[in-house]
Amino acid sequence: MAVLLVLCAMWEGYKAIGAAVDGTTPCGQRRMPICANDTSMPHLGNILRALFEPPRRGSEEILLATLVKSALFTWREAAAGFIFGSLFGFALGALLGRFLLLERSLMPYIVASQTVPLLAIAPMIVIWGSRLNMPAWWSVAIISAYLTFFPVTINTLRGLRSPNPTAVELMRSYAASEMQMLWKLRLPAALPYVFTALKVSASISIIGAIIGELPSGIPNGLGRVLLTFSYYYISGPEKLYAAIFGAALLGILFSVIVAQIERVVLPEGRRLEG
Amino acid sequence: MPLTDHQSVIAIQGVSKVFNQGRDNRVAALENINVEIRAGELVSLLGPSGCGKSTLLRVIGDLTSPTGGQVRINGKAAPQARLDRDYGMVFQQATLYDWRSVSKNVQLPLEVMNYPKAKRETRAAEMLKLVQLEEFGRHYPWQLSGGMQQRVAIARALAFEPSILLMDEPFGALDEMTRERMQLELLRIWGQTKTTVVFVTHSIPEAVFLSSRVVVMSARPGRVSGVIEIDLPYPRGFETREHPHFFQKITEVRECLRREEVKGSTT
Repeated sequence: MAVLLVLCAMWEGYKAIGAAVDGTTPCGQRRMPICANDTSMPHLGNILRALFEPPRRGSEEILLATLVKSALFTWREAAAGFIFGSLFGFALGALLGRFLLLERSLMPYIVASQTVPLLAIAPMIVIWGSRLNMPAWWSVAIISAYLTFFPVTINTLRGLRSPNPTAVELMRSYAASEMQMLWKLRLPAALPYVFTALKVSASISIIGAIIGELPSGIPNGLGRVLLTFSYYYISGPEKLYAAIFGAALLGILFSVIVAQIERVVLPEGRRLEG
Repeated sequence: MPLTDHQSVIAIQGVSKVFNQGRDNRVAALENINVEIRAGELVSLLGPSGCGKSTLLRVIGDLTSPTGGQVRINGKAAPQARLDRDYGMVFQQATLYDWRSVSKNVQLPLEVMNYPKAKRETRAAEMLKLVQLEEFGRHYPWQLSGGMQQRVAIARALAFEPSILLMDEPFGALDEMTRERMQLELLRIWGQTKTTVVFVTHSIPEAVFLSSRVVVMSARPGRVSGVIEIDLPYPRGFETREHPHFFQKITEVRECLRREEVKGSTT
């Protein structure tokens, strides 16, 4: 809460400094690094006010309602992508952990998959999806899963390898089979690492869903909302900011939900920090 | 099951172990080790760091294989003894799994060996009683002190009634007072279970206090420099530590170690 207040104070304070130094002349004066006028940085009060007004003349509901509905829509796609991506990421991590040869050969490609710009791949996935007659939101979920799986894979791998050599020797002294070692030692040891990745992946899945919505033309999600408000930025910057904050809030909330699940599954002593 | 006649339970013949054979960083960790251990004995492997005592313990336990010679345990080759679960092992770090309660930790080997659930739970309770931690079954490892964790590790190692216990500096990470208490504990447990114990340590008083024989090892390469009989009577207690014969034996062991050190530095 206190951090939030400080951030708000910084926002308004920056604008106040801008007003004192430049008046409200447009940027080009080179005195402030970021424009402080009302178009680039609307007053926080105005942003809040815009939430309770209709986004367009003639629409019936207020901005807040629009944002919430589209956020929920996007969240469902992201959740599907998150679940699918996490399961896939976990399975992949387990496979790579078991077969060193696979890890050595596949890892470069897996890393490369994440460096390809998503904005370039997303339209391709959408087009393939429509060719295969998949509902549009499936493509979005796939794009979301694409971003989600990587942290889970890496952390699963790390977690499966985390037991110290003595713990492994112990199992070997019991003549335990590989399956027993996996089930009784490596998987439980990996769990805290997996949850760390899941918390990160939760917010990433939202980003993936929003990016996925852009080329797919889905009207009801946050992607379309953000796009529209960015077109009409000059006439109403508050709306865009409100939508941006809304998207960020959605990512945070999803991550917090996963963190709560972690609290239930892992007792205090087992959670990794951050 | 513990054997009652005095044949050798562990026979180490001509064992050598070389790491990185054929390469520049070749290390002869063990060279021509010959040791025989009889049933029910408590034997220490004592020596400075690098003398190969932990390596020898791992060779006995088939956690690493020797480059030469052979090990027979209960008349079988070492790998077979491991598959038959003839021994339990205790390491310097207790290595309890911290997602399991104390009782579940003790049950771990029993789960691997497919004991039925009821039997597992009774055995775990019995073993925790043996190490005097019976109220701590539901606790988690991080809630216990180092000494208590090692007691759980010992309970775990004995859970499936092995005839042999291999211990790799189990009290090395504990403070002096706890260590002395744990030594007494170990003697008590050993007296009750009559397991054959191979105990690796670098502490001379510990080796002399616990064992019936001390195998003194020297480093570079790892060799047996002498085997010293400790003829102090059992059961031993804290008064043994003040017995003059105790100090004589300590001196004898120390001399043996120093002889090797001197030999090593002049060659």
